[in-house]
Amino acid sequence: MSEPILELRGINKSFGPVHVLHDIDLTVNPGEVTALVGDNGAGKSTLVKCIAGIHPTDSGEVLFEGQPTHIKGPRDAAELGIEVVYQDLALADNLDIVQNMFLGRERTKAGLLDETDMEQAARKTLASLSVRTVKSVRTQVSSLSGGQRQTVAIAKAVLWNSKVVLLDEPTAALGVAQTRQVLDLVRRLAEQGLGVVLISHNMNDVFEVADKIACLYLGRMAAVVGSKDVTHGQVVELITAGRSGDLGIARPEAATI
Amino acid sequence: MSSEEASMTNTTETPDQESPQQGAISDFGIDTTSMSTGEAVRDYWARVRGGELGSLPALLGLVVLLIVFSSLSDTFFTLGNLANLLQQGASITIIAMGLVFVLLLGEIDLSAGTASGVTASVMALHLIHNGNLLGGMGDTVFYVFCSLLVLAIVLSALMKVWAGTALSAIALVIAAVGIPANAWLEMLLAVCVGAAIGCITGFLVARVGIPSFVVTLALFLVWGGVVLQFIGQGGTLGLRDDTIFNVANGNLNFVGSWALFVIAIGGYAAVVLMRHFSRLRKGLVAQPTSLVLAKIGALALLAAVITYALSLNRAPSNLVVIQGVPYVVPIVLVLLVIGTFVLDRTSYGRHIYAVGGNKEAARRAGINVERIRMSVFVIASSAAAIGAIVYSSKVGSVDPNAGGGNTLLLSVGAAVIGGTSLFGGKGRLRDAVIGGAVLAIISNGMGLLNQPAAVVFIVTGLVLLLAASVDALSRRRAANAAR
Repeated sequence: MSEPILELRGINKSFGPVHVLHDIDLTVNPGEVTALVGDNGAGKSTLVKCIAGIHPTDSGEVLFEGQPTHIKGPRDAAELGIEVVYQDLALADNLDIVQNMFLGRERTKAGLLDETDMEQAARKTLASLSVRTVKSVRTQVSSLSGGQRQTVAIAKAVLWNSKVVLLDEPTAALGVAQTRQVLDLVRRLAEQGLGVVLISHNMNDVFEVADKIACLYLGRMAAVVGSKDVTHGQVVELITAGRSGDLGIARPEAATI
Repeated sequence: MSSEEASMTNTTETPDQESPQQGAISDFGIDTTSMSTGEAVRDYWARVRGGELGSLPALLGLVVLLIVFSSLSDTFFTLGNLANLLQQGASITIIAMGLVFVLLLGEIDLSAGTASGVTASVMALHLIHNGNLLGGMGDTVFYVFCSLLVLAIVLSALMKVWAGTALSAIALVIAAVGIPANAWLEMLLAVCVGAAIGCITGFLVARVGIPSFVVTLALFLVWGGVVLQFIGQGGTLGLRDDTIFNVANGNLNFVGSWALFVIAIGGYAAVVLMRHFSRLRKGLVAQPTSLVLAKIGALALLAAVITYALSLNRAPSNLVVIQGVPYVVPIVLVLLVIGTFVLDRTSYGRHIYAVGGNKEAARRAGINVERIRMSVFVIASSAAAIGAIVYSSKVGSVDPNAGGGNTLLLSVGAAVIGGTSLFGGKGRLRDAVIGGAVLAIISNGMGLLNQPAAVVFIVTGLVLLLAASVDALSRRRAANAAR
C-alpha cells in the first residue's frame, strides 16, 4: 500500500464542556475512498471541519504526506490541497458555475478578472470528470438541480489540483439518478489518485464506493475496516453500539462517560 | 420542473454510449457555438420569465413616464427642462450608486443622507473660514471631530480597509493643517470625511456585529445633530465659489460636449467589442456579432441625439446663452464606469456579490467577509459625500436640513426602483442611474403639472412600493424556478 497522504493521530476536540472527539486516528490513502460513518452526533462533521481548518483541534497531530502540519484556517488546508465539499453546499446562488468554482481564488490578468481563462479551465475540469448534465458553465447556480449543484461543488474541489477531498454527505437529499451521478464522480476522483473521505448515512452508498470504512461512535474511532471484510450488519452494529463481535471498542459502556 | 427531471434522467441513462459526436455535444457543446440572434433573444426572455428582471421594469416605467408627462405638460419636453432634470436627479443618483454596494450585501445604510449633510457642512465651513476649521467649529467640537477622524484611521487600519485609512488620514491632515480655502481641496475634504464616516459605520456593522439597520438608524440621528451643531439653528452656510457652483450648474462647452460623446461611446464600443471578439476567438459562447453591434449603434444614436440637443442654446431669454452638456453628466458617467468596472471586473467586486449571495460560502472560500462588509459602507459614505457636493452646489448653500428630509429615502428608492434587490446579491450600478432618472422625472413632471407636494410624495412612495413588490415577486419566481 502506498504512503498515506493524510494521517491524523490522537485528535481531540471539545466545545466547552462537551468532548466531541476522543483520540481520533485516521489515515487517508491516495486513490482510495475512505467512508466515515457514524450516528448523528458521533462527530463526523466536526472531524471534517477540524481537518479543513474551520475548527482548531485541542490536541493531536496532523501529518500531510508524512510531514507534520498545523492547519489554522481554511486557507492553510486549501494550500495543502485539502478541499471540502460541505453538506450545505457552500455555493453562492447568485453567481454562475464558473464564478462559484473560482470563488476566493479568481484568476486575474493585470489586476482584472480573467473570465475567459477561468471559463475554459472550469469547462476542462467538468469535462475531465465527465460531467454532462450541465448545459453551460455560465448557468446561474440558483437554476441548477440538487445533483447538479453537488456536481459543481465537487468539481470546485478538484479544480485546484487537490490531493484530498472530503465530502460531507454528498448524496443526502438527492434523487436516485442524481445519487448515481455523484457516486460515479466520487469513484472517478479516487481513480485520479486523490484521497477521498466520504461521510454518509447510506450503507448502500458506502459499500458501493468505499475501499475502507471508519466508524465513529460517540466521538471515538470504533473501528477502521476494509469494506470487503465486513457485512452491512456489522457496520450498522458498529455505528449503533460501537462494537460488533471482535470489532470495535472493547467496553462501549466506558465511552459514554 | 418535470421536463427538467426528464432531461436529467435522459442524460444519465446514456453515459456510456460515447459516440464521438454525442460526446462533443454533451460536453458543453452549447458553450462552444456562437448564439444566433433568435437564441439570444429567447435566452433573455427565458431569464426574464425566470425572475431575472434586472432593470427592465424601471426602463419600461421610464418610457411610460416620459410619454405621460410630455403629453400632459408643454414645458416638460423642452431643452431647458431636460438639462434641469439631469441636474436635479444627479445628487440622488450618486448617493444611490454608493448605496447599491451596501444593498448588494443585503445591508442598508440609513445614515447616508445625513452623513452627506455632515460632509457638505464641513466643506462649507472650510470654505467660509478659509481653511480654519478650528475657528469654524469651536475648540471642543473641532477636537472631537479630529479624534473621530483618528478613530476612523485606527478602525480601518485594524480591518485592513486601506482606502478608508488613506482617505481618513487625508481628511485629518487637511483639517489639522488649515490650508487656505480652495474649492478642489474642499471637495476632496468632503469625500475624505465621508470615507471616515463610512469607516465608523462599517466597523460597527462588520466587526461589532450590530445589525446595519440599527447602526445606521442611530447614526442617522447623530449625523443630523452634527450638521445642526456645525451650522447652528436657523443658520445657512453660503457657498460663494465659482468652481463649486459650476459642479451642478455649469456646462461643458460645445467641443467638450462632443468630446465626451466620442470618449464615452468609443470607450464603451471598444470594451464591448474587445471582450466579444476575445470570447469568439477562444471558442466561448458569445452573443451574435450583429446584436452586439446593434446595441452599440442604438446607444450611440441615443447619446448623439442627447448631446446634440444639449449643445443647442436652451436659455429662456435672449440675454444669455446656455448650452452644452451639464457637468453632472460626465461626473455621473465616470462614477458609473469606475463602479461598474470594480463590481464586474475585479475580485473585490466578485466577492461583494458572493458575500451578498451566500455569506457562509464566501467565508469558506477564504474571503474576508468582515473586510468586505466594512468596505461597502466606506464606499457608500464617500459616494454620499460626492452627492452632497452636487446638491450643495445646486442650491448654493448648506442649511441645517442638508441631507435630511427624504434625501436618503429617495436614494434607496432610486436603487430599488432600478432593480437592485433589498435581499442582497442582485443589482448593478446602472440600476441606480435608471432609478434616479425615474424619481427625478416624477418630481420634475409633477412639479410642472402644478401638483402639490402631497401628491408628489404619495406618487413617489407608491412607485417605490411597486418596485419593491416587483423585486419580491421576481425573487419568488426565481426561487420557484429553481425547484
